[in-house]
Amino acid sequence: MSTVGRAAARAAARPATRRRLRDRDWVWGYAMIAPLVLGLGVFYLWPVVQSVYYSFTEWTLFGDATWIGLRNYAEVFTDPANARALRNTFVYGALSLLGIPLSIAVAALLGTRGLKLVSLYRTLYFLPVVTMPAAVAMIWTWLYNGDYGLVDYLLSLVGVQGTSWIANPSTALYALVAVGVWTQIGYNAVIFMAGLQAIPRHLYEAASIDGAGRVRQFFRVTLPLLSPSVFFVSVLSVINGLQMFDLVYLMLRRGNPAREDTQTVVSLFFTRAFEEGAKGYAAAMAVVLMAITLLLTVVQFRVQKRWVHYA
Amino acid sequence: MRNGRLWPVHLVLAVGAAAMVMPFFWQVLTSLKTFTEATRTPPVWIPSFEWSNFATVLDETPFLQQFGNTVVMTAGRTLAQLLFCSLAAYAFARLRFPGRDVIFIALLSVLMVPGQLFLIPQYQIVQSLGWLNTLPGLIAPGMFSAFGTFMMRQFFMTLPAEVEEAARLDGANPLRVFWSVMLPLARPGLMALGVLTVLWSWNDLMWPLIVNTDPESMPLSAGLSALQGEHMTDYPVLMAGSLMASAPIVVLFVVMQRQLIEGIAFTGSK
Repeated sequence: MSTVGRAAARAAARPATRRRLRDRDWVWGYAMIAPLVLGLGVFYLWPVVQSVYYSFTEWTLFGDATWIGLRNYAEVFTDPANARALRNTFVYGALSLLGIPLSIAVAALLGTRGLKLVSLYRTLYFLPVVTMPAAVAMIWTWLYNGDYGLVDYLLSLVGVQGTSWIANPSTALYALVAVGVWTQIGYNAVIFMAGLQAIPRHLYEAASIDGAGRVRQFFRVTLPLLSPSVFFVSVLSVINGLQMFDLVYLMLRRGNPAREDTQTVVSLFFTRAFEEGAKGYAAAMAVVLMAITLLLTVVQFRVQKRWVHYA
Repeated sequence: MRNGRLWPVHLVLAVGAAAMVMPFFWQVLTSLKTFTEATRTPPVWIPSFEWSNFATVLDETPFLQQFGNTVVMTAGRTLAQLLFCSLAAYAFARLRFPGRDVIFIALLSVLMVPGQLFLIPQYQIVQSLGWLNTLPGLIAPGMFSAFGTFMMRQFFMTLPAEVEEAARLDGANPLRVFWSVMLPLARPGLMALGVLTVLWSWNDLMWPLIVNTDPESMPLSAGLSALQGEHMTDYPVLMAGSLMASAPIVVLFVVMQRQLIEGIAFTGSK
């Protein structure tokens, strides 16, 4: 049969065949999603239900759970350690937004027309993104060292008296924020670079015909059109801020005088659940954290309508 | 003329790049110093190449074992995610079956929930299976991903339907179409998901800390934490260990930068 003939025969057979195919799709569809649904169900969906249940129970050493109603929640809301951890977590989430202007600047500069060495710069800005957080924590613990640290040495060169940045309760949180921002800049810059590339060239041409200089173009054209990316990155930053764990766990070891004051919600959760075995109480903390996360995300989506422009 | 005008851009980018690189430079330099050199002020800029710091890490920790654990954990999670997520994503993107959208949304709801809600029950499952301090325990929950499924579904939806319809009308079943027609077309999407999963698995810390407390069964991330616990202030050894643990993945990503950037840019465009 000629190709044309075959195509025509196929076209004629199409409606009926399609219907038959769809009926058979049922079985194939369920079979193909089955492994994933099973895995996500067992390891993620059902655990949420279990955790919510656990949050109303108290556990003995032997792993028996007894129903205690809202007592865990009463404790979660009255324990000053949680209030402190929550405050630290918010400070961390809010301050990690400071990385956004830096990332936009990096992305915009890397997008300069005719710039050479772009891939070299990109690689260098990317190093902190791909380095294991455990390694990052060790490097910065050493840099922040109060006796032999490079940070204090460099500060002494310009006449500033340093401190033991992560052992000092009044600086530890900010020292951790700085490391967090440092690791995020390259990641966020990539998202902004993609956003910048999507801005049509002719808008800049029009703006420059109207007499707008480079700086004016940036604030009048680039920033408004980049706002969806800025929104996405800020939601991501806040969620990452709320999830802050690796750096806190590794940089504020036991015995660190700033440890008590600088815990985040997740690091405190880890301590309660897996170091102290208070699983019911920790489950209640996780439920409250979920409520806070959802609330903040809703607020961010509400507020975005005022400043995000979708082209 | 043009190059002349670009020097301020280079200046700013170079200062920023120096801030990115300086900590790593200091890490490498310290790893080659003796303890006395590392604790001298002003700092010693030319180390005495004390390679024994690296030997100490190899001698005092099961580093090679942990390296192997990390490779197996990363490979296991990544291959499983690529398979399970793309298989389901294809069905969600192209096949019709009752409840499809409801199931998909239910799975996506996992993305809205902070990880802490899963951890305690996940730990119990692994414990009851007798998988604490084993590789399966390390790998299991990370084999499935709602994010990966979402990402692959978006990718399949951008592929043209014609190729696939031709194959189906020739009598191939959906699994066959998926495997021999769609999967090869989805390579860029698979690569993007793959590199993100490799990065996330290699660096994952909390789950290994919870399930594998025995040094022999830890991956490198938890191993570094243990090393830090033992050598609190021996910074040359700590820097050597952190360098050895993070270098393989850093090298991999410098080589595969394009795929990683595509993956990250994708997460930004959804």
